[in-house]
Amino acid sequence: MSDWETVVGLEVHCELATATKLFCGCRNAFGDEPNTNVCPVCLGLPGSLPVLNRGAVELAVRLGLALGCRVEPSLFHRKNYFYPDMPKDYQVSQYDRPINVDGALELPDGTRVGIERAHLEEDTGKSTHVGGGGRIHEADHSLVDYNRAGVPLVEIVSRPDLRSAEQARAYVNELRAVLLATGASDARMEEGSLRVDANISVRPAGFSTFGTRCEVKNLNSTRSLGRAIDYEARRQIALLEAGEQVAQQTRHWDEADGRTHPLRSKEEAYDYRYFPEPDLVPLAPDDAWLGQVRAGLPPLPAERRRRLAEATGSVPAAVAVVVERGLDDLVLGALAAGGDGRRLVVHAEHDLAGGTGALDPEAFAALSRLEADGALTATQAKAVLAELVAGGGDPAAVAERLGFRALGGDELAGAVDAAIAANPDAWDRYLAGDAKVSGFFVGQVMRATRGQADGKAVTALLAQRAAATPG
Amino acid sequence: MRHASTYLPAAEIADSVRRGERAAVEVVEEHLATIAEREPEVHAFNALTDAQARMAAELIDRRVAAGEDPGPLAGVPVALKDNLCTAGVPTTCSSRILEGWLPPYDATVVTRLGLAGAIAIGKTNLDEFAMGSSTENSAFGPTHNPHDASRVPGGSSGGSAAAVAAGFAPLALGSDTGGSIRQPAALCGVVGVKPTYGRVSRYGLIAFASSLDQIGPLAPTVADAALLLEVVAGHDPLDSTSVPEPPPSLVAGLDDGVEGLRVGVVAELMGQGVAPDVRRRVEAAAEALAGAGAKVEETSVAALAYGLSAYYLIAPAEASSNLARYDGVRYGLRVDAPTTATMNVATRTAGFGPEVKRRIMLGTYALSAGYYDAYYGKAQKVRTLVIRDFAAAYESFDLLLSPTSPTTAFPLGAKAADPLSMYLSDVCTIPSNLAGDPAVSVPFGTGDDGLPVGVQILAPALAEATMLRAAAVLEDAMLDQAMARAEATP
Repeated sequence: MSDWETVVGLEVHCELATATKLFCGCRNAFGDEPNTNVCPVCLGLPGSLPVLNRGAVELAVRLGLALGCRVEPSLFHRKNYFYPDMPKDYQVSQYDRPINVDGALELPDGTRVGIERAHLEEDTGKSTHVGGGGRIHEADHSLVDYNRAGVPLVEIVSRPDLRSAEQARAYVNELRAVLLATGASDARMEEGSLRVDANISVRPAGFSTFGTRCEVKNLNSTRSLGRAIDYEARRQIALLEAGEQVAQQTRHWDEADGRTHPLRSKEEAYDYRYFPEPDLVPLAPDDAWLGQVRAGLPPLPAERRRRLAEATGSVPAAVAVVVERGLDDLVLGALAAGGDGRRLVVHAEHDLAGGTGALDPEAFAALSRLEADGALTATQAKAVLAELVAGGGDPAAVAERLGFRALGGDELAGAVDAAIAANPDAWDRYLAGDAKVSGFFVGQVMRATRGQADGKAVTALLAQRAAATPG
Repeated sequence: MRHASTYLPAAEIADSVRRGERAAVEVVEEHLATIAEREPEVHAFNALTDAQARMAAELIDRRVAAGEDPGPLAGVPVALKDNLCTAGVPTTCSSRILEGWLPPYDATVVTRLGLAGAIAIGKTNLDEFAMGSSTENSAFGPTHNPHDASRVPGGSSGGSAAAVAAGFAPLALGSDTGGSIRQPAALCGVVGVKPTYGRVSRYGLIAFASSLDQIGPLAPTVADAALLLEVVAGHDPLDSTSVPEPPPSLVAGLDDGVEGLRVGVVAELMGQGVAPDVRRRVEAAAEALAGAGAKVEETSVAALAYGLSAYYLIAPAEASSNLARYDGVRYGLRVDAPTTATMNVATRTAGFGPEVKRRIMLGTYALSAGYYDAYYGKAQKVRTLVIRDFAAAYESFDLLLSPTSPTTAFPLGAKAADPLSMYLSDVCTIPSNLAGDPAVSVPFGTGDDGLPVGVQILAPALAEATMLRAAAVLEDAMLDQAMARAEATP
């Protein structure tokens, strides 16, 4: 058996961008002096009680609605286990009644990835192990910073709908875009405000039952995620092809050696002894409030891709980069000002990565028109665009200042004819149907005109001349 | 017996202090003198806050002198159960595990007492983490019943009940998870109220079982208990389970009587296990209420038969989670060991007493995978039945009546070796905690041994006012009897 399919489901933990923590008024901020954003509640001091942050609920609901989830009456549970960076030695989390259920995320390639749930929970503190190479078992001592303890998280659990490392990365990027668009999170993997665990299994291609999965932790970038999925799939396939079993395990990704290592097996899994958190009351957002939250949602990436693709006559995947850069409004504005959709998209994707500077939709539209009309070549248009970004102005005037003009009909025809005459052997090969020679002639004409010829126009003229040559 | 010489109702103390007729400093000194005299025998306190109390009293006197009104409890000493957080004052839960910990904040009730002009006089002894019915499970030694020092004061608020009974303080706060205010109140011959769940903020009450815990007053009289409850009750935004209703008006209608009220005597709480002399006092209370115009009948609240079993799953389950934080990492006791996990174990092994360990084990088991449905899950269903059966009873009755404790105060050590017989002390009080309803224990005479008997009046949620009216009727009936006896004796 050599055909295997990789199956991936992701659990993404994401810190919500609230001003304060989930159950107290302490600042939710990254990078402050350790243990300065703490109080009796988030330190879990005896006698303290949690009070749910309405702002966190709103951000969680915004995200849930953006993911097409149903927002349900929900309940907090206690997840009990001992860990020094968890002040109460239990985590307040949602368990069998999460706030958001049953949504989907549409990737740029059109894949719909099911979202099982997106629930609220509190973050833990952060341990630093001193000595022994930073690992807990060899450390001389450990330091704990509780600034992060009690920061609101949503855990977004996908269905096992992803089939490759590339798709998993696309999912995380798309989820990040939704988190940013909704304002739910700043979604920075490098600061840990977005953390990804991957459930990975493999199965023979075409099968519908799932293989035994491993959960891989410590994925600190989308690059690690991709590498870990590829590694883990290879590891599992090798086991199965050798006639062995995959053991259900939690595994740790080691960025340095590029492998996953076992953390604990199913038998060693914690018994979290979940039970309803008696210090909090059930959460039941009313419909009127949900309606307000829904009305306040911005257009989401998938919808923006669809809108831009439709307007410019492209497919959604082709405009994904433009939307990701947030240039879709500029393109749509330029389109409304009479611009050429295809050329606008091409420029937005390739030539505006560094920002739009002084460029306005009208100038962008005019530029694309000059190009579409043949007044500027693609190369010239790119140069003019750079000037517009740097200093604004009228594209025609900028082109003139730069000495740009596309060669007119007669001049261009003359240059093409001259190139044919100077290269009779090549022309014979062209006539014999060697398509590659077309590029040679375009190059010759470009050199002769110092780049003022439009490549497509040259190609068209070559075809015209060939048709007129008696065979 | 109570030190009658120093005894004055809290309301009268506050009135005289507010009028400037009596100095708060003097009130505090009198009580400290009583404490100095009898505390060695009673051991009601884990710690006295005498220095702070003297200073607070002086401040009250200055405010009165300046024409201000320090509030309805001006100058009244209050004893606080040592599971209520007091900023900068050790709060121990009578456990070694909290050794050296100073809370950085006051419980909401402590703040409210301060705003009402009350003076915290000390932290009272309790069964460790409020787990027990005799105050023998204290890491700092037992409290003795002021009526008979060879007897327990009940528990877990035994220190608070004994402090009031001994005249150490006119008022005390306790906490009640399964009877921990009412049972010691009964055994010490004082009034003890467990309010409706959510009536009094739990912020700053060190949790035993969060869904059952409720803070309430202990006082020599119904009126003083009502006054203290008025001061500490009311919504608190820091406690999500606090009820939104405004604090109840209790003192004003206290003398309105029980004419026309329907009172049910709960058959399930009058049967096996209840001592005959205690049962007779409850019957006498029923007659007293009937004599005052109430319509009294026996009734059945069937699910109460299972209350104790459900309680001893739910309360330990919550406790096992609430007490996890005492791990030696952040505060309190730490017993060093090579790794974090072994340090956790060493600390908890040394820091917790046997009853606390027993309940953590019970609760951990009840919540474990594979056992949850059979234990915790089933107990929650029983709890739902208890709530339902109470609700059904309150369709026919305004109040219910029962013993508070099946017996009068038992000798120290009598039940210490047998947890189950100790647990049975709470059989009559537990149902109100499961339902979240209020209940009061009011002294109603003595048993064959001459020790106080308390009867319990139970009420539906938020009906504290009606409940305390009935308690006041019983109190009056006892006073009338006492006066009749006094007149009969030349």
